[in-house]
Amino acid sequence: MTKFEYAPAPESRAIVDIKSSYGLFVNGEFADPVDGSSFKSVNPATEEVLAEIAQAGHADVDAAVQAARRAYDRVWSKLSGRDRGKYLFRIARIIQERARELAVLESIDNGKPIRESRDVDIPLVAAHFFYYAGWADKLRWAGAGPDPKPHGVAGQVIPWNFPLLMLAWKIAPALAAGNTVVLKPAETTPLTALLFAEICQQADLPPGVVNIVTGAGETGRLLVEHPGVDKVAFTGSTEVGKQIARSVAGTTTKATLELGGKAANIVFDDAPVDQAVEGIVNGIFFNQGHVCCAGSRLLVQESVYDETLARLKRRLTTLRVGDPLDKNTDIGAINSHLQLARIRELAEVGEAEGAQRWSPECELPDRGFWFPPTVFTGVTQAHRIAREEIFGPVLSVLTFRTPAEAVEKANNTPYGLSAGVWTDKGSRILWMSQRLRAGVVWANTFNRFDPTSPFGGYKESGYGREGGRHGLLAYLKAED
Amino acid sequence: MLSALDDARLSDITSSEASLRRFLHGLPGVDQVGAEARAAMLATRSIKTTAKQFAIDLAISMIDLTTLEGQDTPGKVRALCAKALRPDPSDRSVPRVAAVCVYPDLVATAKEALGAGSDVKVASVATGFPSGRTSLAVKEADTRDAVAAGADEVDMVIDRGAFLAGRYGQVFDEIVAVKQACARAHGANDDGAGAHLKVILETGELATYDNVRRASWLAMLAGADFIKTSTGKVVPAATLPVTLVMLEAVRDFRDAIGRQVGVKPAGGIRTSKDAIRYLVLVNETAGEDWLDPDWFRLGASSLLNDLLMQRQKMLTGRYAGPDYFTLD
Repeated sequence: MTKFEYAPAPESRAIVDIKSSYGLFVNGEFADPVDGSSFKSVNPATEEVLAEIAQAGHADVDAAVQAARRAYDRVWSKLSGRDRGKYLFRIARIIQERARELAVLESIDNGKPIRESRDVDIPLVAAHFFYYAGWADKLRWAGAGPDPKPHGVAGQVIPWNFPLLMLAWKIAPALAAGNTVVLKPAETTPLTALLFAEICQQADLPPGVVNIVTGAGETGRLLVEHPGVDKVAFTGSTEVGKQIARSVAGTTTKATLELGGKAANIVFDDAPVDQAVEGIVNGIFFNQGHVCCAGSRLLVQESVYDETLARLKRRLTTLRVGDPLDKNTDIGAINSHLQLARIRELAEVGEAEGAQRWSPECELPDRGFWFPPTVFTGVTQAHRIAREEIFGPVLSVLTFRTPAEAVEKANNTPYGLSAGVWTDKGSRILWMSQRLRAGVVWANTFNRFDPTSPFGGYKESGYGREGGRHGLLAYLKAED
Repeated sequence: MLSALDDARLSDITSSEASLRRFLHGLPGVDQVGAEARAAMLATRSIKTTAKQFAIDLAISMIDLTTLEGQDTPGKVRALCAKALRPDPSDRSVPRVAAVCVYPDLVATAKEALGAGSDVKVASVATGFPSGRTSLAVKEADTRDAVAAGADEVDMVIDRGAFLAGRYGQVFDEIVAVKQACARAHGANDDGAGAHLKVILETGELATYDNVRRASWLAMLAGADFIKTSTGKVVPAATLPVTLVMLEAVRDFRDAIGRQVGVKPAGGIRTSKDAIRYLVLVNETAGEDWLDPDWFRLGASSLLNDLLMQRQKMLTGRYAGPDYFTLD
């Protein structure tokens, strides 16, 4: 060796035991679906089939909702907050104990690098359970009146980009508030949710408090439209979110929706430039850009455009794309064939509309779903790649001249989930954050999450907040 | 990348204290949280098998094997030199270290012990090391002494008091003066190029990363061949984020001025794992041009034996006890 090239450093798969098939988790037990249908979950990095997953139909969803209702009526609603908290603390501890197993399984099923599942996803999952465990016996101080009540049964549908973390965002506050849940993980990433079901068994959680039904969009529709569901929580595409909003309209079902985004990451000329470049990279290439709050539109102040772009490109040449289980991988596989097709389509549109496409040289594996980190320059607000959520490692770069123009461009989107501001000037951060219509505004950082901090969107990015005290309120009602 | 600075612009920057200040304070800031997060992320790189073997040998070849104690003796320095030349007497394939680093009065001893024309350099601390609290005349004399005794490299300290008080011109002038004192008298030694100057910033006293970046640029503008984190006498000594900021500085300086400057973290680097983390930092920040003993050094002493122990473990599959590695 004459160069410092990192040898492969794969995390061992031996710690996870993937079964050949999985049933539905209903009333504390795994059961086959009534009509016996199933689908396959594949490893997006290799296209290897991982397991046969049960496809829940109408009768299965109904059974799960009934199990949740029974558990709510007979057990969970009668427990004290302190006792609910004990279960949540127990689950949190088991997640920590089994963290490596969960991380490896998440990377296998989702395609995200093990560095992220190990250092971001799973620690945050445990943190969410710990955080809401602490709330369980303190609900009267949550701000929903002196004796707030749970809704009852929560139907929850989550996406494939942070499978277990989105599960935690949904289940932890719901259980802390006293609801029982039926959760549908995404079709392409059900495995960690099913391992979480085992963790519920290990924690002796009363049967029916958590039910997991797997399936595709139709299963999700059956769940959110089920009359026995009192509260719907959804994270996913704006298109599906709108369908859900229509289906719950005129009913007593409550809903929170966390949908798409097209966040602006705004770099001023006085930004700490090396950290801003890291923030741009973290903003759009974290989790292959499969992040609803990804900083997919980079707005750079004209006076530092050349310098920032040169630094960014140099930095991108050091990104390591490849095997998600390699501990040195920065960018893993695209989650599915479908998503890859969508990213490719929009990237081609970007070129056709006249933006300049650039990617660092990188070798992509032959099998699996891969897309190189990509930067588009010369993008205008009118380009589709500046307006539509790509949900992939594709950055659109625009420029601005004044702070007012930055705000105007940042807000000129149907979405409003997040934004980033990079400047050394504290007063400008405050000025910007008051004007940016986005649920989260990060200052001199990006894609940072904490269970104590509420998260949610404006406009087509949805409504309701998850995380923090606000996230708890979505699962509580003030006494009638 | 800063736009290229030509000679006229450069001499303009260094022409007065006011213009130096304007330039240094115009450098982009360093966000502490972001810099530390980046360094922490790079510290998770997993360097295994062939990459680890490569990194261990590279780290050995980058060591400035150091003894800087009041109780140092010629005997101790001779032992250090023997170790520098043959780090593992039982294995000839182990590379030599880059240099030995001693106080000025022991330079001649080290030079003699290493032998004429040795590829292991002799570095000497100077300029009132470690505090730097002497007059400029004494600093210059200290430096000339070390160089006359044969030092190939001089590790000077900056006047942190002056730097922190904002007297950048004074710090600049001192570095320039010491650089001049590094020049060899005609005919005294081989190359005529003078001793290489490493400028110790003592980052543990500079308090902020912004100061580290400014001090790095100041030293480079004044002619430093290397910038070095620490004396080893102040805690904290070298840290990964400080070294990250310095590596960014040398990278940007080369882009702007066209001259490459080396980096030397020193103090507190004791294990192979630590050393490999520094190499990863170099690799992914300044780039592979700096992965060379001419451009990156590790100021350390006990590190060497840990590297040797890990090296032997990689080759034999077994760890040997500490008594199988020589004291230095």
